[in-house]
Formats: sequence, C-alpha cells, structure tokens
Amino acid sequence: MALVTALRRLAQVSLREFSRRSTAVSWGAFHTAERSFTTGAQPLRSDNKVTVHFINRDGEKITVKASPGDSLLDVVINEDLDFDGFGACEGTLACSTCHLIFDEEMYKKLGPVTDEEMDMLDLAYGLTETSRLGCQICLTKSLEGMVARVPESVADIRQTKDGSA
Amino acid sequence: MSSCRLLQSELKLWTSGRSKWTRGLNEGIGWSGKTFLSTSCCPKVCIVGSGPAGFYTAQHLIKARQDVEVDIYERLPVPFGLVRFGVAPDHPEVKNVINTFTQTAKHSRCSFYGNVNVGKDVTVGELQQAYHAVVLSYGAEGNRRVGVPGEDLRGVYSAKDFVGWYNGLPSCRELSPDLSCETAVILGQGNVALDVARILLSPLDILKKTDITQPALEALAESQVRKVLIVGRRGPMQVACTIKELREMVNLPGTRPEMVAADFEGVPEALKDLPRPRKRLTELLMKTAMEVPGDKELERRKNATKIWGFRFYRSPTEIFADPSHSRTAGIRLAVNRLEGSGERAQAVLTGEVEDVSCGLVISSIGYKSHPIDPSVPFDSRRAIVPNSVGRVHQAAGLYCSGWLKTGPTGVIATTMNNSFDTARSLLEDVDSGTLDISTAKPGSQIVSMLLEERGVKPVTFSDWEKIDSLEMRKGEACGKPREKLLTVEEMLKVART
Repeated sequence: MALVTALRRLAQVSLREFSRRSTAVSWGAFHTAERSFTTGAQPLRSDNKVTVHFINRDGEKITVKASPGDSLLDVVINEDLDFDGFGACEGTLACSTCHLIFDEEMYKKLGPVTDEEMDMLDLAYGLTETSRLGCQICLTKSLEGMVARVPESVADIRQTKDGSA
Repeated sequence: MSSCRLLQSELKLWTSGRSKWTRGLNEGIGWSGKTFLSTSCCPKVCIVGSGPAGFYTAQHLIKARQDVEVDIYERLPVPFGLVRFGVAPDHPEVKNVINTFTQTAKHSRCSFYGNVNVGKDVTVGELQQAYHAVVLSYGAEGNRRVGVPGEDLRGVYSAKDFVGWYNGLPSCRELSPDLSCETAVILGQGNVALDVARILLSPLDILKKTDITQPALEALAESQVRKVLIVGRRGPMQVACTIKELREMVNLPGTRPEMVAADFEGVPEALKDLPRPRKRLTELLMKTAMEVPGDKELERRKNATKIWGFRFYRSPTEIFADPSHSRTAGIRLAVNRLEGSGERAQAVLTGEVEDVSCGLVISSIGYKSHPIDPSVPFDSRRAIVPNSVGRVHQAAGLYCSGWLKTGPTGVIATTMNNSFDTARSLLEDVDSGTLDISTAKPGSQIVSMLLEERGVKPVTFSDWEKIDSLEMRKGEACGKPREKLLTVEEMLKVART
C-alpha cells in the first residue's frame, strides 16, 4: 500500500495544493485590499502567511505563522507543537484527537461541516457547539489571527462514546 | 483533507528518527556518567503488551522524562495488538496510529521484545524485580459467553474469534466458520457487531483490496450468507455502535436495510432531548428503518442481493441444533420491553419468544480480560485488574493501562487517554518518591538472561520489520496493502533470517 498510495497521494496533493493555493491567494488578496480601507492599523505580517494562535491544555498561548492551504493539523505537526496524542489517524477522519474549540465568530467563518467530520466529532471528549476537527480546517487569509483552543482530552470515569476500532 | 499530511509525516518520521539517533548518541557521550557507567537514576519501566495501550503508555513516559527507559514485552512475534488483529480490514486509516507506535518503538530509550509470554516464559514477579515499575497492558483476549444452551454448536462463534480469523490472529486460524447458510444472527449492536456484519456482506471487490487474510477472502467468496440480523436486548436509543459504522452499513453496495418500524415507537418524540451524538445516530437509524426512500435509493434497494437489519428488544435464550448435522439451525429470542430510558434503560422479559432460523450465530457481547499471573490482583466479576487511575491495588510498582484497566470498551483514542493517565500516575509516583528509583535495576539484561536459560528467543523490532516488509511485498503482488503471515512459526522463521 505504502508506495502506490504515497505516489498517488503525491499526485493528488500537487494538483489539490495548486488549486487550493491559487484560490487562497486570490481570496486573501481580496480581503487584504478590503481591510486596508476600513481599518488602517494592521499588525505587520509577512505576506502569504496566516497567524494562528493555539491555546494549549495548560492555558498557554502559542502563536505560529502558517501557509494558506495548510490544515490546522498540518500546522501542529509542522510547528512541532506538543499536544499529546493530537492527530492520531493523521488526518483521515478516523479519530477525534485533533479536536479544537473556537469562539463563535471564528467558528462561523470556518464554513459548513461535512457529515463525515460530524460523525467523528461526535466522539470527541468535551464536544461543544463551536468544536471542529483540526485536520478539516484549511487556512485562508480570512482566518488571520484565529484562536484555536486544544480541549482537555483526559477521559475520566465517564468514557467517550463506546465503540471498537 | 490534506493528503500531503501523510507524506510530510513520513518525512518527519525519517528526519526526526535520524536526529533522535544522533541525540541518543550525544546523550550517551555527554552524560557518560549517567548512561554508560551506572543505571542508578535511570527509571526502568516494563510494559506487558504491545497494543495501543502499551505503546501510548510508553510514548508518554519517554516524552515526559529524558531518563526513562521502556521495554515492551509482547507474546506474539508481531506488535500492535488489536490495531493489527481487531481493526477491520476495510478501515486502514484507523491503523495509521502504527506510524506513531513505530516511532516510539524505534526511540533510543524504547525496546521491543516479541515472542515473550509473560506469565509463562517470565513471571510478573521476576519483571518487578528487574524493573522499577511494571505496566500491564495486555488487553482482553477472551470473550463474554452468552450463557445459553447450544452456544458450543458448530456455526456459533464469538465475534472475537471471527474477527481474529479474518484478521489473521494465529490462534484463530483454524476457525473455518461455516458460511453455508442464508441467514446470520449477530448478538450485540456495538461497532464490532457492525464490523462483522459489514465483512459478511461486503462485495468481494472491496474486500480483496484490503489486508483481510487470503483464507478468509476465499471463504467469503463461497459464502451463502445473504441476510444478517444484528440483535440487541434493548431499543434503538441504546445501540452501542457509532454513527460512522452505521453509515457504512447504510451505504454498503449491494445491500438493503430491512427493519421493524414498530421497534421505533416513541423514538421520534424522544429525539429532541438527546445530546447531539446520540440524536444524530438515532436519526440515521430511524431514517434508514422508516423513511420511504427516493427513486434512486429505491432502485438501488431493488437491485440489492443482500439484506441487513437491526432487531431490537430481543435476548437469546437458546440456540437450536439441526438434528442431522449438529450445527445450529436457529435461535430462540425472548422478547423484551424497556424499563426506564436513555443509557440506563433496562430490558425486562415480557414472556413472549420468537424463533429465528439461521445457520450462523456470532456473539458480539464483549471481550474479556484474563488473569495471566496469580500474583497479580484480578477482579473476576468485572474482569479487570483492580486499580485507581492505573495504580494496581495492593501492588506497589504495578500499574495497568488500556482495556485491562477499564474494561473492554472504547476506541483507540479512549485507550490513548487512559494510557496517558496511567503514565501520569507512574510519573507522579516517581516524583513523590512513592515509586523508588534510587536503586539501580538490571531491566532487560536480567530478563534476557532468564529467557535465554529457558530457551526463549525474543523478536526485536527490526526482526518485526523483516516480517512487515515481507507481508507488504506479498500484498503488493496481489493488490493488497499486505498479505499477513498466519502462523507464529512462519513469523519466527522470517524474524530469524
């Protein structure tokens, strides 16, 4: 599986990344233009990067810069952010360990949730109305400055929904 | 979905592995006093069992302290436990956790010893003498018996054995389940029950591209099973399965659902008070059972050759034999009603019974842990090792994680958290002095000696990688991710090359 799938994925990725990045750039550019008229005071940031803030399980804020098109799981892995057990299934919608919580405003910007994501999100410990799976959120410039909280994952005496693997 | 994720993680694995190796080397050189000369402050932990519980416990320990050394002992020559032998063949993404486990196994402070039977080749007592702490993570290898007459007839199997059979567990190789009947009844409505139903009814075209074993594939190709009933004691709102697996059944090509609408009485009204996960699950179940499908779906169902359905409010009381063949011919189900509601609802007998003809009965009512060493406390009623947050009661230096600790329920993520909890308890005990690490412990040195004396030769992780490569090569030849070796003998032969 490894070789064939990896090659296939590489082909898929190059195609997808290309289309995703082109969309992201034009989308972001539109918003940047819009913003510079309305606000004026914008923090300096290197072009084509999105600032993301994570609040870890100890309540600490970690700020990173990521590329549009990256998923939040990609960001966590690339930046070596040390969230215990995050992303166990490597972004294939087969677990709920990349569970992240957003504030309501940001949550609305993230767009619709597919049934497949919802199905796995339903198993997440500490599920909220503004929860999403990090592997399904792809960064765009419009999400600049987003804050994502890593929820507690400790399973206490109550277990998460039953089920086998 | 980011598919470059996998590639990146593989790259990262490779590069981080390399830097970890050099770091390990530097550690040795830099701290020559600590690492090379004495083992005094080096906490040595032994983990029994190399499934998710074992590996996640190891991962947490190694990450938390730079001086912890972990040795993982596994009875089989191959690691990964239920990830290899339990997760359904058509769920390969769930097995991605193996990449994390592999990273842990190859860490300089982690060693894998396969082919070692703890309780037989070496006792837990001996391990406790050799290590500062022992973590029991050997899971649940048995199953709960239904406890009805006819349970041992030909044609009646536990889901544990059936799953072990199609996943290549060596002890289940000879199961040869009889699939020459039209109707199969599965007792239990958890995800394992759905896995079994799905494997029984999946089109061969799908199965033949998975890592299902060749003998299972051949048996399923000859299978005459066309109808699968998934039977539970209680109602639609108490099913233990999760929505992803239910959706897979609903969308399974070549099949159509067939359920009893009356079973859903009272359900629509109760929906609004349910928490979201249970609500969505119940809605899907209800929709599948009762909604009149659109034209496209109607057409699809018309062309379906296989049927599946949940049957509720039924408890088995007896399995009948076919008089001429002493195999099962049917099952008697007592009819229940519910007292109470929600998760705590109880099934109460009404006195009515229903007989169902079937040639295959698979009981999927739960796995069960066994005691492996008389010196370890064991709660036979709950079939777990009695513990508090992973600390075994009345046994200093002994811990447990995974299903052995909490009972056999939960997905891999549940086990992950459970194992992290145990690791945290262990680390707390080191910090507080409850776990004494001031005296050096010989660890694997002494255990290796004992094993050698007893004629047991452990399989290392690189030995496993030989088995792994061979299985993948064999699989590639027939369009499968791997073709599993099916006997311990074959595994050992390859390991020793």
